[in-house]
Amino acid sequence: MSASIARQRAAAGRNRPWCDDEALLGRMLLAPAVIYITALVGFPFFLAIFYSLSDATVGSTTLHFVGLRNYEGILQDPTFWRSLQNAIVFTLISQALVVVLGKILAMALYGDFRGKWLVRLLILLPWVAPMSLGSIGWLWIFDPVYSIINWSARALHIFGPEIWPVWLGQPDLAMASVILVDVWRLLPLATVIILAGLSAIPQDIHDAAQVDGAGFWRHLFMINIPLVMPIMLVALLFGIVFTFTDMIVIFVLTRGGPFDTTQVIASYSFFTGVQGGDLAAGAAISLFLFPVLAAVAVVFLTLARRAEVA
Amino acid sequence: MATVETRALTKRFEASNAVDAVDLLVKEGEFLVLLGPSGCGKTTLLRMLAGLETPTSGDVLIGGEVVTGLAPRARNVAMVFQSYALYPHLSVRGNIAFPLRAAGAHRDEIANKVETAATMFGIQSLLQRKPRQLSGGERQRVALARAVVRNPVVFLLDEPLSNLDAKLRASARDELQQFQRRLGTTTVYVTHDQVEAMGLGERIAVLDRGRIRQLGTPLEVYHDPADTFVATFMGSPPMNLMETDHVIRGFRPEHCLPREVLGDGGEITPFALTVTRIEYLGADRLIYGTLEAPNPAARVIARLPSTITLPIESGKRYEFAVRTREIKYFDRETGLKRAPTAA
Repeated sequence: MSASIARQRAAAGRNRPWCDDEALLGRMLLAPAVIYITALVGFPFFLAIFYSLSDATVGSTTLHFVGLRNYEGILQDPTFWRSLQNAIVFTLISQALVVVLGKILAMALYGDFRGKWLVRLLILLPWVAPMSLGSIGWLWIFDPVYSIINWSARALHIFGPEIWPVWLGQPDLAMASVILVDVWRLLPLATVIILAGLSAIPQDIHDAAQVDGAGFWRHLFMINIPLVMPIMLVALLFGIVFTFTDMIVIFVLTRGGPFDTTQVIASYSFFTGVQGGDLAAGAAISLFLFPVLAAVAVVFLTLARRAEVA
Repeated sequence: MATVETRALTKRFEASNAVDAVDLLVKEGEFLVLLGPSGCGKTTLLRMLAGLETPTSGDVLIGGEVVTGLAPRARNVAMVFQSYALYPHLSVRGNIAFPLRAAGAHRDEIANKVETAATMFGIQSLLQRKPRQLSGGERQRVALARAVVRNPVVFLLDEPLSNLDAKLRASARDELQQFQRRLGTTTVYVTHDQVEAMGLGERIAVLDRGRIRQLGTPLEVYHDPADTFVATFMGSPPMNLMETDHVIRGFRPEHCLPREVLGDGGEITPFALTVTRIEYLGADRLIYGTLEAPNPAARVIARLPSTITLPIESGKRYEFAVRTREIKYFDRETGLKRAPTAA
C-alpha cells in the first residue's frame, strides 16, 4: 500500500515539468552568477597564484615551477616597498577625506531646500562618469603648461609670477593630486550611502536630542555619527577596496611617477607584469593585495555588524 | 515648576493655519490635556511649546518669560514622544543620563540622578539593556525617566500611551498621574483619546482645526460642552443632537431612558423612538433608534445600564424621555451653546 504511494509520488516527480522542480530551478538561476564569478574572479585568482610560483613571461609559451623565488625577489625590491607604502598612504588619506567630506555633504543635502534634486544629481555625476574619462579630464586640469588651476590662480593674483606648480611632476604635489582625484571620484558614493543612513534615523530622535539639551557637536558625535556608523563603515569598506586596488587614476595621471612616488601595488604589478613582460613577478606583486583586502573586509564587516546589533 | 502660556500663537502650513491664534494659560503644577481629532493642531502646538517648531506669529511664555525665539535646550522642558525616541545605540543608563551629560553635570551627580529616576520608575534592573531589548511598557518608563531626570520646569507628553496595549495603558495612566502629582511639575499632555483626557487632565483643552473650542475641567467639558463639536467629540457614543427651527437640542445617551424608568422625578421631555438596532456591551446596552414625529427624524442613541432589564426589541416603537434639565441648547447657525429660551 505505502509502497504503491511512494511509487506514484516518484512517477509524479518524474513527470513534473523541469521548471516546477525547485531544487533544479534554484541551481539554474544561480548558475550565471556562479559561472561569472568562477570565470572572471576565481580562475584569474588561481592563475595568478600559479604564475607567481613560476617563471612565466609574456614572450614565452613555456614556464617552469620556481617556488617562492618571485616573492623573495619582490621582498628585496625597494620599489615594491615604496609602492606598498604609497598605496597605504594613498588609501588612508583619500578615505579619511572621503568619509569626513561625505558626512558633511550628506548632512548638507539632508535638509530641505529648493533644487535639491539638481544638487544631488550633480554630486552623483563623478561616480556615473567613466573613471578613465574623468581622470583624463583631470590630466588636463593638472597639465604643466595649460593647467586651469595655475592660470586661474595667476589671474586672481593668488600665485605670484615665480609660482608655477607642476602638479603631476613634483613628488608631493603628484601624490596630493592623485589623492584629490580619488576623493573626487569616490565622494559621491560615500555621500549617497551616508545620506541613506541619515535618512533612516527617525526625526523623533533628533527632536528628543534637541529637547534633551544637546548642542550641535554633542548631537553630531553622540547621536548622529554613532547612528550612521554601521553604514559609514560599509561606505569606508567600499572606498578602501576601490582605492587600494585602483590603478586607473594613477595610470592616467602619473604612471607611478615621478620617481615611483605615486607608484601603488596595482600599478606596479601592471607595469611589471604586463608592460615589463614579467608575468610571474607581476602576479606575485598583485597577490599582496589579497591578504590586505581580505583582512580589511573581515574587520569592517565585523565592526559594522557589532554596531548594528548594539 | 512654571506656568506655560501662549499668546495668539499661530502656525501656518501651506495655506491653512495648523494652530490658529491660540491663547492658553497652563497653571503652575497643572496637568493640562490637549485633546482633539488627528490634524487638529494639538501636536504642532506642543512642538511649539518645546521649541521644535517656530511659530508663524504669537508668543510662547514659560514661567512668565517669552521663550519664543529660544532653542529647545534653552527652555528646560522635557518631552516624551509617541515613539519614545529612545537613542537606540545607548543603553538605558546612557539614555537617561543623556540630558544630564548635555547639561554638563558631574559624573557622581549623573550616577545618583540616574539611579533615582530609575528607581522612581522601577527600571533599575534594566539599566544595562539597549532599547531594542525592552518591551513597550519598559520603553515608556525609560522615556519618562529620561524626561524626569534633570528636573525640567515643564513636561510635554505627546501621546505617550498610544503605543501600549489596552491593559497596560490603564495601569500606565494611573502611574503617570501619580508621578505627576508627586513631582508637581506643570504638564501638557497631548492625546486624541478622550478616556485618557478625562482620566488624566485637571483641565482639558478641546482643539479643532487649530482653535481651542473649550477649556475646562473634564466635568465641564463633558456635561457643559461649549459647542456642538465638543458635544459630539466627547463621550462615546457622542451626544445626541436634535435640530429644530432655531436651536439644536442635545442630550447624552445615558440620559435618554425609557419613560417608565424615569418615573415622575421632575420635568421630563418625552419622545417616541423606533428601535433599529441593539448592542450589548456587558455593563451597558446601546439602543440605536430613529425619532418619530412630531420630532425631526434624527438618529438617537440611548445607553441603558444593565440594571435596567426592561425588554426592548429592535423594529418596535418605544416611549423614551430625557429630564428636561439635562438638555443642552446650541445655536443652529454657529453651533455655540446658548440659553434654552427659544429665540
